[in-house]
Amino acid sequence: MKAKFLVPLLLFFGLAGFLAFGLTLNPREVPSPLIDKPAPNFRLARLDQPDKTFALEEMRGQVWLLNVWASWCVACRQEHPLLVRMAEQKLVPVVGLNYKEVRGDGAISVRGMALEAETAMAVERGQRWLKDHGDPYLLSVMDIDGRIGIDFGVYGVPETFLIDREGRIRYKHIGPITPESLQTQILPKVEELRRAG
Amino acid sequence: MIPELGHFALILALVLSLVQAVVPLVGAQRNSAALMAVGRPAAQGQFFFILFSYVCLTWAFIQSDFSVQLAASNSHSETPLMYKITGVWGNHEGSLLLWAMSLSLWTVAVTVFSRHLPDAFLARVLGVLGLVSAGFISFTLVTSNPFERLLPGVAEGRDLNPLLQDPGMIIHPPLLYMGYVGFSVAFAFAIAALLSGRLDAAWARWSRPWTTVAWVFLTAGIAVGSGWAYYELGWGGWWFWDPVENASFMPWLLGTALMHSLAVTEKRGAFRSWTVLLAIGAFSLSLLGTFLVRSGVITSVHAFATDPKRGLYILALLVIVIGASLLLYAARANKLMGGGSFSLVSRETSLLANNVLLTVASASVLLGTLYPLFLDALNLGKISVGPPYFEAVFVPLMTPVVVLMMFGPFLRWKDDDLLAEVRRVAPIFVASVAIGVGSAWAVDHLTWRTALGLSLAAWVVLASLRLLARRLGERAGASAGSRLRSITASWWGMWLAHLGIGIFIIGVTMVGSLDRHLDVKMKEGQHAELAGYTFVFRGVVDADGPNYDAARGNIELVRDGRVLGMLDPEKRLYRAQGMPMTEAALDIGVFRDVYVSLGEQLEDGSWIVSLYYKPFISWIWVGCVLMGLGGIFAAADRRYRRLAARDAAAAVDGRVGAAA
Repeated sequence: MKAKFLVPLLLFFGLAGFLAFGLTLNPREVPSPLIDKPAPNFRLARLDQPDKTFALEEMRGQVWLLNVWASWCVACRQEHPLLVRMAEQKLVPVVGLNYKEVRGDGAISVRGMALEAETAMAVERGQRWLKDHGDPYLLSVMDIDGRIGIDFGVYGVPETFLIDREGRIRYKHIGPITPESLQTQILPKVEELRRAG
Repeated sequence: MIPELGHFALILALVLSLVQAVVPLVGAQRNSAALMAVGRPAAQGQFFFILFSYVCLTWAFIQSDFSVQLAASNSHSETPLMYKITGVWGNHEGSLLLWAMSLSLWTVAVTVFSRHLPDAFLARVLGVLGLVSAGFISFTLVTSNPFERLLPGVAEGRDLNPLLQDPGMIIHPPLLYMGYVGFSVAFAFAIAALLSGRLDAAWARWSRPWTTVAWVFLTAGIAVGSGWAYYELGWGGWWFWDPVENASFMPWLLGTALMHSLAVTEKRGAFRSWTVLLAIGAFSLSLLGTFLVRSGVITSVHAFATDPKRGLYILALLVIVIGASLLLYAARANKLMGGGSFSLVSRETSLLANNVLLTVASASVLLGTLYPLFLDALNLGKISVGPPYFEAVFVPLMTPVVVLMMFGPFLRWKDDDLLAEVRRVAPIFVASVAIGVGSAWAVDHLTWRTALGLSLAAWVVLASLRLLARRLGERAGASAGSRLRSITASWWGMWLAHLGIGIFIIGVTMVGSLDRHLDVKMKEGQHAELAGYTFVFRGVVDADGPNYDAARGNIELVRDGRVLGMLDPEKRLYRAQGMPMTEAALDIGVFRDVYVSLGEQLEDGSWIVSLYYKPFISWIWVGCVLMGLGGIFAAADRRYRRLAARDAAAAVDGRVGAAA
């Protein structure tokens, strides 16, 4: 075996080393430009009492989660029992952002539907869903047209934002929360933020 | 029940692939005909079970069985039937199953068309393919089971990504996978040859048609994908140097080099070590492409899922397959030296130079694709590498390739007189530069890039004509018909494919230099002008489809006071995912496309409309079609069948001799 014939093998092993290391990195971690920035403010109607509104500032002074959900979202069902358990154990307050409840649902066409009718439908559907599956939220607000979702850079439901006492987004979780991501990522970060004062 | 049957069939396919991997290889080592004979039925059985499994999964999609997780996430009851079927591969799990099925289909093709191969060689080829197949089926079963249930099921699915609901997507992935995976055959032939220590002209001849057919599939797959990006993404571009596009382009470049290198090995016995390395390399890049797309290491619009377990598994697979083959290569390569000698000026040299350039081009695409990862791994920050890098690298690398590509066929094998040849082609070369610069000046776009592109294109076309004239002139005295008939299919293949590159360059250069783009705000009755065309906006109507709502614009295309036709771009909102999509409208012509896409509606009721004028863009795909046709001609050459019959006779004689 001549040494020069080993060159391709060695080059490949070098490449494989980089690829292995690359697996430990997450190219999607950085892209949210909102990390460590103040969360976009909003004032939206509450799902439980649609005549009342709720604004982001009202959570000032607390470390909390903003969970984006909708009754039509299949993956939300997957994480929901975990959220309910979190609420039972009072781990961290979670505010729900009910995202495009009606127009996000493929089965319904909102063409020609008045905003009032759409809102009434969203309230009915959202409340029923929480009754059926349990309500883990401090409260939920309704983002009927998805505008707040755009401000937060939501590109899939569910997504969860961790927001600190000063109202800054500190972490974004894309997709359903799993027991593992809760234990290894979210709760340690909550603890850290709470300790930080 | 049916999804469980599919799952079970896939497990059986895995078992058979292991049998196919182990038994024939052991048989070949021990020279046991009985063990070697197991390979063929195992491969065919494996294909049957994968096909069955695939049909079961498709059935779950067609029936809208949303208790299957994959169907719930990628289908919808209102999705048109065609897209229910293609939705099967529009996701990670299903596309892996398609990958495994293509591999199995190629393997069955080998068992059917390679009856003339010596038993031990065929056994080794099937064994290697079985190993690769076992790796991929187990990857599918362990980390990405497509038959995963969602219990309790959901009432409605989330639908296939609307981007993928397009006719182009019906054929793009299967073509691409057939191409990618097809290089596994050339790879298996190379490994079998290394194992047996028999790397000769016969080996190269056996590999050639397989390599060429895989290359044709890959060419077609890439071309269809680029066409899809052009009319579906609504940005008017045709190639974006996206990591996933690069993942298919790298094996294409190396596969092109492999095809040419195999030709030299077959004809002259030279470059054997290099050819083997290219065969390993082309398939390795296919695997690497799969890794890049499937592991989520590189962010891309195409990447489906990020799951570290999957990444690790496929990386392990990569290290085993590529590492073992390169180790085998290192152990055996010194036996591959020698072969026909050739002088500096010969067809061999020009082919070698082009092969090196293509390999470097492939490596530079790899570097550009992985560079962000390297920097990130070395903690030097996050960057992305864009089209400017690739263009800057590609033009200087491909220019000599194109020049040599047309010069090489004029040269004789082994040795030629450089001066005489140069004198012969110099007038063509000068004429090409004159035509290139002249036409760049004529279209009023005299930049060095346009002039270079057009000169190269003229060079390809003129040299092709000269080559044909010379070939026809070889048999002076014969009738024109018999002269034409005397040209072999593989020569026509070479000629067409090279000409296709010239046509392709014209398209790329013209559209890169002269395309025009205008975004305008339009109300009913208003018009806009672009590149001599007038666009009259005739308003927007509702045009709802089965699973989307759409607004359809009506735009009249007018030139010199004559109405050329109506363009109806659509803005669609797919209901299930609430995802807006633009459907561009095209007026396709030989010398230009006019391309319109509908943007947002503004508060005052007017619409944003994007207008594009794309000169010569269809030539890009016509060039690809010619390349593909060239490949088909080359693979269909009668010579392979004639020599296969001879090999078969020899194999039978050998067996009879051994028996006696």
